[in-house]
Amino acid sequence: MSFLATILPQIILATEEGVEGSGHTEEFVPGITSGPLVEYAWLIVVVPLIAAFLIVFFGKKSPFKGWLMAWLSIAFVAVYGTILFILNATQGIVYYGQVEIARIGDLVLEWGWSVDGLSIMMYFLVGVVGTLVFTYAKSYMEGDVRFTWFFASFSLFAGGMLVLVSAPNLIQLIVGWELVGVASYLLIGHYWEDYDNVDAANKAFMVNKVADAGLFLGAIIMAVSVGSFRFNDVIDVVVKGEAGPLSQYAFWAGLLLFIGAMGKSAQFPLHVWLPDAMAGPTPVSALMHAATMVTAGVYLLGRLFPFYIDVSGLFAGDVRNIIIVVGGLTLFLTGFLAIVQDDIKKVLAYSTVSQLGYMVAAMGAGAYTAGLFHLFTHAFFKALLFLGAGSVIHAVHSNNMSDMGGLRKKMPITFWTFIIGTLALIGVFPFAGFFSKDEILASMAFAGESGQNVANFILILGIAGAFITAFYMTRLVALTFFGEYKGHAHPHESPKMMAYPLIGLAVFALTAGWANIPGVYNGFTEWLATRVPLTGMGDHEATGFDWPLVLLTSGIVIASVVIGWLIYAKDAETQAARDRLRIPVLWPLFENLYYIDDFYMSGIVRPTMGPLAKLVLWIDMNIVDGIVNAIGAGSIATAKAVRITDENVVDGMYNATGAVTGATGSVLRRTFTGHIQQYAAFSFIGVLVIVVLFIVF
Amino acid sequence: MDWFENGWGLSLIVFLPVVGAAVVLAIPKAKEEALKWVALLFALATLALAVVLAVRFDYSAADAYQFATAPDTTWIAAINANFHIGVDGISLPMVVLAAFITVLVILYSWNHWPEPHNPKLLLVFVLILAAGMTGTFVALDLVLFFLFFEVVLLPMYFMIGIWGDRGIREVPVFGWKIEMRLYASLKFFVFTLFGSAFMLLGFIALYFKSEEVLGYRSFSMIELSNLGAAGAFTGTFAFLVFLGLFLGFAVKVPMWPLHTWLPDAHTAAPTIGSVILAAILLKLGTYAFIRIAIPILPQEALRWAPFIGVLAVIGIIYGSLACLAQSDVKRLIAYSSVGHMGFVMLGIATMTDIGINAAIIGMVAHGLITGLLFFIAGSMAHRYHTRDMRRLGGNMLLMPKMGLLLGFAAMASLGLPALAGFWGEFMALLAAFNPAEAIGQTPLFRGLMVIGAIGTVLTAGYMLYMLRNVNFGEPAEEWSGTEFHDVDRFEWLAWAPLVIGTIALGVFPKIVFGATNDAVVGLLQKAFGG
Repeated sequence: MSFLATILPQIILATEEGVEGSGHTEEFVPGITSGPLVEYAWLIVVVPLIAAFLIVFFGKKSPFKGWLMAWLSIAFVAVYGTILFILNATQGIVYYGQVEIARIGDLVLEWGWSVDGLSIMMYFLVGVVGTLVFTYAKSYMEGDVRFTWFFASFSLFAGGMLVLVSAPNLIQLIVGWELVGVASYLLIGHYWEDYDNVDAANKAFMVNKVADAGLFLGAIIMAVSVGSFRFNDVIDVVVKGEAGPLSQYAFWAGLLLFIGAMGKSAQFPLHVWLPDAMAGPTPVSALMHAATMVTAGVYLLGRLFPFYIDVSGLFAGDVRNIIIVVGGLTLFLTGFLAIVQDDIKKVLAYSTVSQLGYMVAAMGAGAYTAGLFHLFTHAFFKALLFLGAGSVIHAVHSNNMSDMGGLRKKMPITFWTFIIGTLALIGVFPFAGFFSKDEILASMAFAGESGQNVANFILILGIAGAFITAFYMTRLVALTFFGEYKGHAHPHESPKMMAYPLIGLAVFALTAGWANIPGVYNGFTEWLATRVPLTGMGDHEATGFDWPLVLLTSGIVIASVVIGWLIYAKDAETQAARDRLRIPVLWPLFENLYYIDDFYMSGIVRPTMGPLAKLVLWIDMNIVDGIVNAIGAGSIATAKAVRITDENVVDGMYNATGAVTGATGSVLRRTFTGHIQQYAAFSFIGVLVIVVLFIVF
Repeated sequence: MDWFENGWGLSLIVFLPVVGAAVVLAIPKAKEEALKWVALLFALATLALAVVLAVRFDYSAADAYQFATAPDTTWIAAINANFHIGVDGISLPMVVLAAFITVLVILYSWNHWPEPHNPKLLLVFVLILAAGMTGTFVALDLVLFFLFFEVVLLPMYFMIGIWGDRGIREVPVFGWKIEMRLYASLKFFVFTLFGSAFMLLGFIALYFKSEEVLGYRSFSMIELSNLGAAGAFTGTFAFLVFLGLFLGFAVKVPMWPLHTWLPDAHTAAPTIGSVILAAILLKLGTYAFIRIAIPILPQEALRWAPFIGVLAVIGIIYGSLACLAQSDVKRLIAYSSVGHMGFVMLGIATMTDIGINAAIIGMVAHGLITGLLFFIAGSMAHRYHTRDMRRLGGNMLLMPKMGLLLGFAAMASLGLPALAGFWGEFMALLAAFNPAEAIGQTPLFRGLMVIGAIGTVLTAGYMLYMLRNVNFGEPAEEWSGTEFHDVDRFEWLAWAPLVIGTIALGVFPKIVFGATNDAVVGLLQKAFGG
């Protein structure tokens, strides 16, 4: 029942000096807290960034036009990450490196690198998934107009993510956060000749920037309250229950940081950028939806988990309820949008949004391990599905499923790996998603039982979400791989460079879930739980298979697949099938994406860019500047009046100015008319008069 | 190098450009190469001295005035005005920045002479500007400060008036149609003069008032600061003096609603004029707030702080929205300065060590980044013969390197973390969360913080809007067949240092904070005690 209880005593509180106890009787002592392996772990972050830089300047002349440099840098991350991953699993690693970059007032600004369970998992993910995607991308991007530039941006993307996940403090997290944002902007807008793609890139950047305003403010409130940007200091304060000013502002800090997380992790209603981000090349989507970018928000919640879970009972738990509701709505609402898409990548995109909803809801339910475990497994099977979709798109030269069909025979590797990815996503035993999703649902049930009432409601959404997920994936597979081929190209299996990464990811999609089998093997829990300060965190986690729930969900998934199959397999997406499903009111709502995008455009963006901005400019030109010009006009009029009454003085000034100007050179005389000099002179007199008036009175 | 330490080194930095100007004047107009080389050498020598200054600066005593002349170096005995100059951690970055920008501007000018040509006169003006700017940053005597503050006015006035944009500016409401350069130069001149008249008035009032306590009249910033910290200036007197100083400084910053000279001046000025304006001249105002207004009138500054904070944030939002309605690239960048300087002023208005540090790094960063933006905008206008974004587009296809640099500068300008602009923005917002308690308006400042954060979103909005319309898409029909020269050698020479500086400051902000932090802490301690 309570396997986690056996781990809880091992909970530790780590600081840069090493490891401190957190009041528990037994302490987990990590095997590695120093040594070159962790002290040089910053290379993981720096190597891809340097590669990005070098590719920009020397890429075209280097082997494979920059690809090799990019690939080597990400492979380096994969190797280093894997070594750390294995050592962490066997011995445990905790290390935080810090380099001071400035002091400002009482605040210390630092760069640094975390080497603990959570960060190591991300290094491993980014490295391994990244390497496979980079391999695939070489073939996929062959012949692209900006091949070299693409790999520079791609390296920056990975590098930015590594800056983010290595951050031991909020400042560096923000830096990585925005680097990822910029890199995604470059990648989504890769084909910028077409304004549609530029607009998609801008949308991603802007939606994230809105969320980032929340992140900034949350980070500010937290850092000022704690007096430090370091995560460890924040967690220290939280764990010891001496929050000071933080207890006063905890709700706002937590909420604002969560708004930041909602942007990157595409939570409803800030999810709108992610489906549009499909405008980028498919390898970008694969990486963006798997290991990088969208995981950032969930990662942040994980990094600050002791704060959100409020381990010492310092703050109101309101934020956690907001998080679980946002996650629940996201997973439920966006799943429907996947059902009505024709673009294969958009189906997967909404699927990602929905799965991110699961992760966020899990964090809100207090299920630290379950949320991050789903992040971990999802990274593999979603990357696999995207690369599979890319392979299909590559073959049929279209994104639309109405141009596909019957591809299972023509593209066997793609088909079979895609099926594995699908089974993993919809959560069929023994594929990866089965374990991670079940843990999330079980944790929600557990949270509901432990008094978080809203979790019961979200649990229902979660189970419904499992049905929706299975349904749209069945539809996707049926329309793409079964039935008759409806396109006009001559599809064939993709080259080896693209097929092998699919196989590699398929292996992970099958096995990644075995890292944490409740009651059997709880490796993943240990890797994370023992390396992060976790006092009392596990209290909120489900602790074993919830058998009724497992059977219920599995039954629902199978039913959903059968229903989906019956609807789509035979007359795949014929008009008749489409009409049969067109449920009034709901379908138009889904097809119009709940009108959220429309609302943002016509409710916020256009009014700001148009009327509001124009109004401000009008006010500036006509009123603010109008006053200035009126004063100018008044001065001239006054000066003219003065001139009439006192011809001599004015003439004197005029001549004097003329003489000065004459002395400075002939050019001045030619360019400056007497009129202007006059104006200047009068204005000067005007100012002098004001000055004199002031002095007198 | 004793001579260097006791004032001569600093004097040399201030006056070497003047000597350079004199030498340039002596060279015949036709010898352009000689003119350029002489000007460059003088600028480089000044920069070298500024670097020596930065190297020899004692950072452990950053709050003390170093390399200073003796405080009683008599200058105008009749009014007890002394030639007292010195640098502390606050002015040091500004001095280096001014010398740095001067060199870049001359390098850029090498083959970018605006019409009507005449390099000789232009270089003379640039060098005089350099002297005026540096002088303002090192002056420790109010008369000296005023003199330098005004010295920059005339060269800039002529620069805009002679080499400025010859397009026609239609002034709404009044229906005037005036040549852009004439309208803008005059507006700049009169506006600034208007402000500095009140500022001078404030200085004079302090001068007379100081007699009551000291027994003699003083223009010394140090003596006046001591008096201010001791509470010598209070009541209506302090209010009126602060009002005078505020008008003088706020026009220069510029703060909303005294900003309308800026879009015209920046747009009309030749490229190097815009660069100098944006990079250095705007900082004279913010610097003066930190150096003069706060130390001499600390209690009054606290009273004004909420007002300044509100104006600053209005500037952020208002400037950003005005940017969104622009179609002229240069005008857009000009309005963006209103927003960016709003962040600087917000930092100052918090009256905290973090806020003022943020303001200073914000000033330096804005100098580097907006300087770069104006350089690029100028070079693009030079090639396209238009600044109208509705006609541009697809620049990445026509001039990829230029486009890349523009993209970099735009990203830096919108405050991308790990580039210079981030620290000023972020830390100003951070400071606004906990402003000085003595202000007693913490909730108001927190509101300002939230609105300022919305401003960062708008900033991103207009920068992306500009990049979209200038860089991306396909080039318009009218450019087909036109040969475009991408970034040339002199442009690289002038811009690469700005790019490197922007990255360096972003990655390692200690370059600025290392000098400023102690100085700011010292300044505030002296002003407010504790």
